[in-house]
Amino acid sequence: MTRLVESFRTLLLLVLLAGPSLAAHAQLSIEITGAGATRFPIAVPVFENEGALPRSVSDVVRDDLERSGLFSLVSLGMTALPESAVPDLAGLRGRGADAALTGSVIPLSDGRFDIRVRLFDTQKQTELGAIAMRVAPAHHRATGHRIADFVYEKLTGLPGYFSTRIAYVVKSGPRYELQIADADGENPQTALASREPIISPAWAPDGQRLAYVSFEAKKPVIYVHDLPSGQRQVVANFRGSNSAPAWAPDGRRLAVVLTRDGPSQLYVVNADGTGVRRITTSSGIDTEPAWSPDGKWIYFTSDRGGSAQIYRIAAEGGNPERVTFQGNYNVTPRPSPDGGSLVFVTRSEGRFQVAIMDLSSRQTTILTDSVRDESPSFAPNGRMILYASESGGRGVLAAVSSDGRVKQRLSIQAADVREPAWGPIPRH
Amino acid sequence: MKKLLLPALLSVLLVACGGTGGPQQTGAAVEDRSGAGVATVTAPGVTGTGIAALTDPASILSRRSVYFDFDSFVIRSEFTSLVEAHGRFLSQNPEMRMMVQGNTDERGSREYNLALGQKRAEALKQALMLMGARETQIESVSLGEEKPRCTERTEPCFAENRRSDMLYTGEF
Repeated sequence: MTRLVESFRTLLLLVLLAGPSLAAHAQLSIEITGAGATRFPIAVPVFENEGALPRSVSDVVRDDLERSGLFSLVSLGMTALPESAVPDLAGLRGRGADAALTGSVIPLSDGRFDIRVRLFDTQKQTELGAIAMRVAPAHHRATGHRIADFVYEKLTGLPGYFSTRIAYVVKSGPRYELQIADADGENPQTALASREPIISPAWAPDGQRLAYVSFEAKKPVIYVHDLPSGQRQVVANFRGSNSAPAWAPDGRRLAVVLTRDGPSQLYVVNADGTGVRRITTSSGIDTEPAWSPDGKWIYFTSDRGGSAQIYRIAAEGGNPERVTFQGNYNVTPRPSPDGGSLVFVTRSEGRFQVAIMDLSSRQTTILTDSVRDESPSFAPNGRMILYASESGGRGVLAAVSSDGRVKQRLSIQAADVREPAWGPIPRH
Repeated sequence: MKKLLLPALLSVLLVACGGTGGPQQTGAAVEDRSGAGVATVTAPGVTGTGIAALTDPASILSRRSVYFDFDSFVIRSEFTSLVEAHGRFLSQNPEMRMMVQGNTDERGSREYNLALGQKRAEALKQALMLMGARETQIESVSLGEEKPRCTERTEPCFAENRRSDMLYTGEF
């Protein structure tokens, strides 16, 4: 772990990954625009008998690891290392690999495949772990992501995020689509298509439901949408505007912003729309709520002090406490999954950038360097932050690591992409 | 004259755009990801029909927009007669309902802008009530930066987007 962290130093590396084909759906293509220079070298050769699979799994593993910006791949050509035998670890080390993944594919009589992988540390000459899965060939990508998650967790100590999904809104002409894709941009699917704007998607902790704001009724209304069934439920459609849904960590309640009593204020409501309770009482704007991971606090944006700043309030209500003090525009607070830091958007000299604050030292670092960065969203392991940016006059998504070193851009040809939300780690 | 015509034209356009037609069909295939699939839903549109008297370019009532200064929620004096006319119309037609939609320029956070737009909508609603409209007749809502009338990044364009629009029954 420490060795891996120590190895992210200096230089920027530019790697261009070919964008996958544009099929019926316009797909996000990912471009890596920055990575740690000394990345952890690992060999992920083809699996033994991998040719029996209609599509490669080890390709998916290699792409995931490389895209994370934390690993460099040591090529062994077409040499497979069977999972059943301990490879020549000294030889692998001699070729520059500090770790190696061995793998085998065994066809089963029901058409599925038994896929087994084993991870070795070539320096300590030890095995780090192994997993085996029985999978249908159609699930080759999901299988690759799970293997990449296994490798990532063993080598960094943090859970991987390769099996997660992201939500975002695509605007193409007059059409708005709320889309769901795998974290690598593959498998984009449309959850909602509308002629009116859709904003503020928020994943429920179960990874099956999304809350969002839709303007299909010519005003902002909050819905909760069950993705597999497509069933939607109105959570808040009070007189005035209803917006900024944020799930409580328990997945049973949402913090929302309503104007039914006058100004934009924070309320907490059950996920079925019942039990509305007001949390803040100011005469100005209180909006953009986000719960701390322990559920005790709600961070939010308010203009109560004369400029837009970030505050937090106990989830049951009480006296808010101001969190940001530098500058006159700090908005969109999003606590990290471990609760230790907070990302938000700050304006300085007319530029909107994503910043991260260490919540114990209150030290702030600007992470991004363009002019219109907004809507930051943490990966569930806290390592990456997805946000909306702009490139060539179009909305794109971008990701930056929480230390600012790894940078990626995700774009769709000829469409505006905005409002990203990174989903939770799925329950296997 | 030009100044008067433009908002009138725009409000006609606004009404014309009011009917968004019926639900669309999407042929998007739904992949079965063993319980993790996504079903596609198409949001229904809202259909409305305009009221002729309110859209006659000769009438002040056809003007539906009030513009605001940067970071401001104060209704400028040039809009006094317009607000007065709509306030009086609502007062004389208690069965009429109005939706006031507040808008902002695109700079800054979408949700924060939604709240700023709400302040602009609420400011107009309060002004209409001072002119005789009843509270129950008017709903103030915000579209934030989501429905810009002008999409260039110039100050005149930003100014065009900092506004509140008045929509009557049948138009929303």
